[in-house]
This record gives sequence, structure tokens and C-alpha cells, in this order.
Amino acid sequence: MVTIENLHKKFGKNIVLNGVDLSIKEGGIFAVLGPNGSGKTTLIKSVLGMVIPDKGTISVLQKNIKNSSAYRHKIDYLPQIANFPGNLKVKELITMIKDLRGKTTNDDALISLFKLDKFLDKKLGNLSGGTKQKVNLVLTFMFDSPLIILDEPTSGLDPISLIHLKDLIQAEKAKGKTILITSHIMSFVEEISDEIVFLLEGKIYFKGTIEQLKTMTNQSDFERAIATILTDNHA
Amino acid sequence: MLKILKYSFFDLMRSRWSYVYFAFYLLLGIVLLFLNNDLSKAVITLMNIIIVLVPLIGTIFGVMYYYNSKEFTELLLAQPLKRSSIFLGQYLGVSISLSMSLVLGLGIPFALYGLFNSSAIWDFSLLIITGGFLTFIFTALAFNIALSNENKIKGFGYAILVWLLLAIIYDGVFLMSLILFEDYPLDKLSLVGTMLNPIDLSRTLILLKLDISALLGYTGAVFKQFFGTSFGLIVSFSMLIIWVSLPVMRIVYKSKRKDF
Ligand SMILES: Nc1ncnc2c1ncn2[C@@H]1O[C@H](COP(=O)(O)OP(=O)(O)O)[C@@H](O)[C@H]1O
Ligand SMILES: [Mg+2]
Repeated sequence: MVTIENLHKKFGKNIVLNGVDLSIKEGGIFAVLGPNGSGKTTLIKSVLGMVIPDKGTISVLQKNIKNSSAYRHKIDYLPQIANFPGNLKVKELITMIKDLRGKTTNDDALISLFKLDKFLDKKLGNLSGGTKQKVNLVLTFMFDSPLIILDEPTSGLDPISLIHLKDLIQAEKAKGKTILITSHIMSFVEEISDEIVFLLEGKIYFKGTIEQLKTMTNQSDFERAIATILTDNHA
Repeated sequence: MLKILKYSFFDLMRSRWSYVYFAFYLLLGIVLLFLNNDLSKAVITLMNIIIVLVPLIGTIFGVMYYYNSKEFTELLLAQPLKRSSIFLGQYLGVSISLSMSLVLGLGIPFALYGLFNSSAIWDFSLLIITGGFLTFIFTALAFNIALSNENKIKGFGYAILVWLLLAIIYDGVFLMSLILFEDYPLDKLSLVGTMLNPIDLSRTLILLKLDISALLGYTGAVFKQFFGTSFGLIVSFSMLIIWVSLPVMRIVYKSKRKDF
């Protein structure tokens, strides 16, 4: 589904990705983990073509993404920070994205799922962080693309919306889709992901199931297993 | 690209500033006609204002729009859209809406005053066309500066600096050098100097059209010889087109290589 080979990226002197090799097969939920600033968002934005790599190749659905934009039709992306044009109404934003990406009828169901009806005529600039994140989720899940990329999808969500989110993700997985998630909420990752990828110092430090990680680090608890990786590398 | 253009254009059309800009020109047109009571004279006064103000507004709006629509841009970048479409669409949205304010704001009072039955119509048209060019040129320069500067304050600073340089300082240095080296035959040099600055070029084009080349001093004759011919006119307009295309090409080039 996604193949990344020898990906390098630095911002000025700050080397963020230093030779990332990663292959994500079709179907299932993959979580990208790593400390703050380890380059999770940078990795995801490289796949989306928002960050231009210094070196390396990225393929999505067997096609090199370089200088291409049409492949993004196959990706539903939830950005980490829900930055929307503040003077636009929620309704207008949804209409605009539909106009740009193509028709869909899923938006109504999602709007009522997240109880956004009363916000439709509000300007995005006046919404709370959590409500913005719900709008963000509607925009992402209203299309039916084979690859779904979610950058910190849980941020700002109340418990009920979080449950809805988990259900949505599972429903998409059941359709055979590939879902790529970054999150620093370990319980969420543990509950939802089939496989994890751990990013450390610009490289893939670990790739495998949570069980494999526990065995490797000799820990019975997922959170402790992650902590072991971090202390071993920074001690 | 047309969709982006549409959204940027309507976004701007809904903003207060477009109305302020439009109302300003409307008022300017009315006041000038009222004070001068003569279309030709009003056109001259108008030129002096437009030649400095239009570039300034293009610069400020361009930079402001770029930084203010950062969120919109990031949203678009994740969609199946080409980067060149996104940025050219936004650029055209800004330039076209600014040009429209100019054309309508000035056009309405002049048309009501009887412009279409007057000989001043050609002078006025030239004024509007150069005003349009200046809008497209300076908005493009502003987008270039904003694309190269993450820092908003720096971007604004550089943009204003470029405007100051081309609208005011260039002229000063140019005149000084003409006075300093007045013993040398500088006709050709001053001709080239004029061609290289879109503001000077626009001013010269209009002044010569208005046939007040005498005001230009001894270089007037040389200028008239050059700009008066159709060759000169073609070269001048080609120059203005180059002034639009080069920055637009750099917008495309820069935007393809930028990280968001
Ligand atoms: N556009 C950018 N320009 C400069 N530095 C950036 C940019 N984007 C990210 N960075 C830097 O890259 C590093 C990794 O950031 P990020 O990918 O957001 O990490 P994560 O998502 O894992 O927390 C950080 O040090 C951040 O400051
Ligand atoms: Mg991140």
C-alpha cells in the first residue's frame, strides 16, 4: 500500500528523518509511535506530498508519488492540527471540500453522529478545539478512500466521540482499508492497532506487533515496553 | 485551478477590505472630477496617485492574503490538487479582485461623468490597463516574498521595502545620477532605467500618451521618439508582461519545493 525507501529529511540543520525504510501492506491498522518531535508528522506529510523529501522514494499503491497529485484521491487525511479558514462556516467548508474532491453522501450521517448540526452555521474560527476536531473527522471520514491517514486523531475529543472514532476506524478496517495512525495515547494504540512502527532518531527502531515488542523488551505491559526502548536509548 | 480561483476570489469579495478599496477609488474618482471639472486633468492627477498607490495595495494585500490563508492552503495541499493550481489560483484570485475594485471604483464615476463621449477615454483606458498590470506585478512580488519568508513580520517588512525601492528610492537615485552625470549622453541609459522599473515605465507610458513629454525635460525628445513608435509601445508592454511572468514563474517554482 505504502512503500518508503531510504527517506531523508532535514529542516535546516535539524535532521528529522535519517533513512527511513518502511513498507505497509494493504489492510489493517498501523500505528506510528515515537517521542515528541521524532518526525511522525513529517513522515506522514511526506507520504501526502506536503513535505518534500531530501532523498528517498515513496510509493502509494505501487506508484511513485513524486510530482504527482492525483494519488491523493486515494487518501483520506486527518491533519494533526485542525487549522481551518476562520471566516468560513462549517457548512461552507464541507461543501467546499466536496466540491474539490468529489461527491459523497456520508457527511450527513457523520454530522449527526458527532452532533454537529447546531454548529453548521457557525464560523470555524469560533469553534472550540474539540468541535474543530469533530469537523476534521467528518471531513476525513466522509470519503471512501482505500488509505486513511490520521495524525493524532484523539486530540481534544470527549469520551463519547472517542468511542465513535474507534467504531469508525474499525468499520473502515472491516472494509479492508489501510489505516495509518499516529498517537501518543498508548491505551488507544494498544486497543486499536494491528501493528506498530516505532520511530526513533530519524529511523524505524521497531516494526511489528505489540506482542513482539513486549517479547523483545521483556516487558508484559505495552507502556512499559515503550518506556524501555526510550530509557535504553537515552540512558 | 479555477475552483481555487473561485474560492479565493469570493473569499476576498466577502472581506471588508475589498469594499474599502473599492469605496476609496469611487470616492477618489468623484472628488477628482468634482475638483478638476475636466476629464483630462482628472486623469493626470489620478495617474500620480495610482502609480504609487496601486503597487502599495497590491503588495500589502498579496502578503496579507498569503499569510492569512495559511490554513486554507494547508487544507488544499492535502487534497488531490496540484501545487501550482493552488498558488496560482490564489494569486489570480487576489489580483483579479483588486483589479476589479480599481476598474469599477474608478470606472463608475468617470463613466457617469461622460467618459465614453470624451477624448479622454483612451488616456483613461491606458491608466486602467497600467493600473491592472501594476496590481498583477506587485501582488506576484508579494506572493514571492511571503513564500520565501515563514516569518510574517519579516515578510511584511521585505514587501514594503520592495515597494519603497521601486516606487520612491529608484526614482530618486535615477534622478540623482542623471544630474551627476549630466555632461554625458545618458538618453539611452535613462531609457533602459525606465524600462527596468514597472512603475517608471507605467508613468512614462501615460505621460507620453497625455502628450506632456515636455515635462520630462531634455530626455523627453528621446523618450517620445522611442515610446511614441509602435515598436516602443510593444517593447514597453512586453516589459510589463515580463514583470508579471517572472515572479509568477517563481511562485510556481518556489511552491513546488516548499514544506508545509
Ligand atoms: N515545516 C517545518 N519547518 C521546520 N522544522 C519543522 C517543520 N516541520 C517539522 N519540523 C521539525 O521537525 C521535527 C519533527 O516534527 P514532527 O514531525 O512534527 O514530530 P512529531 O509529529 O513526531 O511530534 C521537530 O523538531 C519540528 O520542529
Ligand atoms: Mg506530530
